[in-house]
Amino acid sequence: MDIQELIDNFEFLDTWEEKYSYIIELGSHLEPLDEEYRTEEWKVRGCQSQVWLEPKLENGKLLFKGDSDAFIVKGLIAIVLMIYSNKSAQEIKEIEVEEIFAKLGLQEHLSPSRRNGLFSMVEKIKHYADTLA
Amino acid sequence: MYDVYKIRQDFPILSIPVNGKPNTFLDSAASAQKPAQVIEKMRRMYLEEYANVHRGSYYLSEQITVAYEEARSQIHEFLNTKSDKEVVFVRNATEGINLVAASWGRKFLQAGDEVLISQAEHHANLVPWQALRDEKGINLKIFKVSDRGEYLEEEFLNLLSEKTKLVAVTGMSNVLGTVFPIKRMAEQAHKVGALVLVDACQYTVHQKVDVQDLDCDFLVFSGHKTYGPSGIGVLYGKYNILDSMPPYQYGGDMVDTVSYEKTTFNEPPFRFEAGTPAIMQAIGLGEAAKYMMSLGMEDIFKHEQELTTYTTNALNEIKGLKIIGQAKDKGGVFSFNVEGMHPQDLAFILDKEGVAVRTGHHCAQPIVNRMGYESLARASLGLYSTKEDIDTLVAAIRKAQKFF
Ligand SMILES: Cc1ncc(COP(=O)(O)O)c(C=O)c1O
Repeated sequence: MDIQELIDNFEFLDTWEEKYSYIIELGSHLEPLDEEYRTEEWKVRGCQSQVWLEPKLENGKLLFKGDSDAFIVKGLIAIVLMIYSNKSAQEIKEIEVEEIFAKLGLQEHLSPSRRNGLFSMVEKIKHYADTLA
Repeated sequence: MYDVYKIRQDFPILSIPVNGKPNTFLDSAASAQKPAQVIEKMRRMYLEEYANVHRGSYYLSEQITVAYEEARSQIHEFLNTKSDKEVVFVRNATEGINLVAASWGRKFLQAGDEVLISQAEHHANLVPWQALRDEKGINLKIFKVSDRGEYLEEEFLNLLSEKTKLVAVTGMSNVLGTVFPIKRMAEQAHKVGALVLVDACQYTVHQKVDVQDLDCDFLVFSGHKTYGPSGIGVLYGKYNILDSMPPYQYGGDMVDTVSYEKTTFNEPPFRFEAGTPAIMQAIGLGEAAKYMMSLGMEDIFKHEQELTTYTTNALNEIKGLKIIGQAKDKGGVFSFNVEGMHPQDLAFILDKEGVAVRTGHHCAQPIVNRMGYESLARASLGLYSTKEDIDTLVAAIRKAQKFF
């Protein structure tokens, strides 16, 4: 699924209950993290739940996998990866992630004070785009 | 008669909806809401009576100095200290403990001396002692609590010895809710010649604390948890002990006479209040203490104890929910885990229902880990909490369970 499809799907969700159920479902389909990355080293800091991010560079594109021990966070990670994974460093820099999250009605989850890891995760993805590519 | 619904009217924020739902504020242990009396007092002082304290010999400066020192008197009454001079204004409980560690600890502790704390301490009453240990070569001893989070006297007595110079212990745990028998512990500590510091952050909020009756040597608490403003806290110390301690910080207000060569220091409490203090915050805290005393500390305690029992029963009805901290003597703090649900997930859904709880390690990571968890959700009560708050919490948890 690409992000436009996701935005379209979200339009049909009227209540936060439906949204959260859908987010949890997205999380359950997340591609599993390679076990060797489920370590302190690959943890995203400053989160109330545990969040991991695994970066790979392939043919000039950055591929990410991620995971969390919290279900809603995991679903939100699925959305972040849908936005950022399989893109070039230049493409990553051009993405307006706040705008996309606002369209989804999830902007509050990107706030640095929420401490749910998404903000730190996005920062980390941008950092990888700067250093790996 | 303690009419909680009437009392709630003193807290305007509680009637403002959150996420379109009634505000169910169950995070008072992190920071309490403020009554209009406190806010109004500070507002009026700013608008009509502001100047610096202990300075000018003009009208406004005198007025504000009187108000600031009156706040000290209100705390003296609140804690039943022997005199106003035993009340030191600090930024928060954390600074109070750091002050004792840096001033008293550096002067009086030597390598091999022991500081004894419980397993249930907030980082504020653990990390300063670790730092002092590393600096001075003292030993930090930690006595265990039970798997149910209860105080265990034999564990405490096992580690209490002639080597113990300070027992630093929480009056009430911010994770487990356990109330520690401070008076008895102080008696036992004094027998071996140790001093006693009480972290009363959660303790002063829920019940009458009488430092002379407890016979503790130091006690700290934070204004923002006691229905007062942030940026202000209190260190109580017995006067002769405070008087034996060197300054913690240096500058204006804490000095007696100053020349280019030499300075003599003011007496306590001023010796420990270097620089312009948090004037308005101290006055706000005094007002908060006055407010609590006017409601009646006994009545606040009774109301919260009833609600604590109600909450325990209501939470225990929820399948898969475990309350962490089941001591018999416990205040209105409920850490809990719900099977199959991460606390963060739970908090997201509670937030949508207008319910504020805290999640994580609550700045007391070791005790959360010791109880077998990485993270816990915590609901905590204030003097304005109601059965309806708890009913809303329970309904919201049940709703959250349907998601996972
Ligand atoms: C038991 C206990 N001790 C110490 C503190 C630290 O308080 P403050 O951050 O206001 O210094 C807290 C606050 O969370 C607490 O609950």
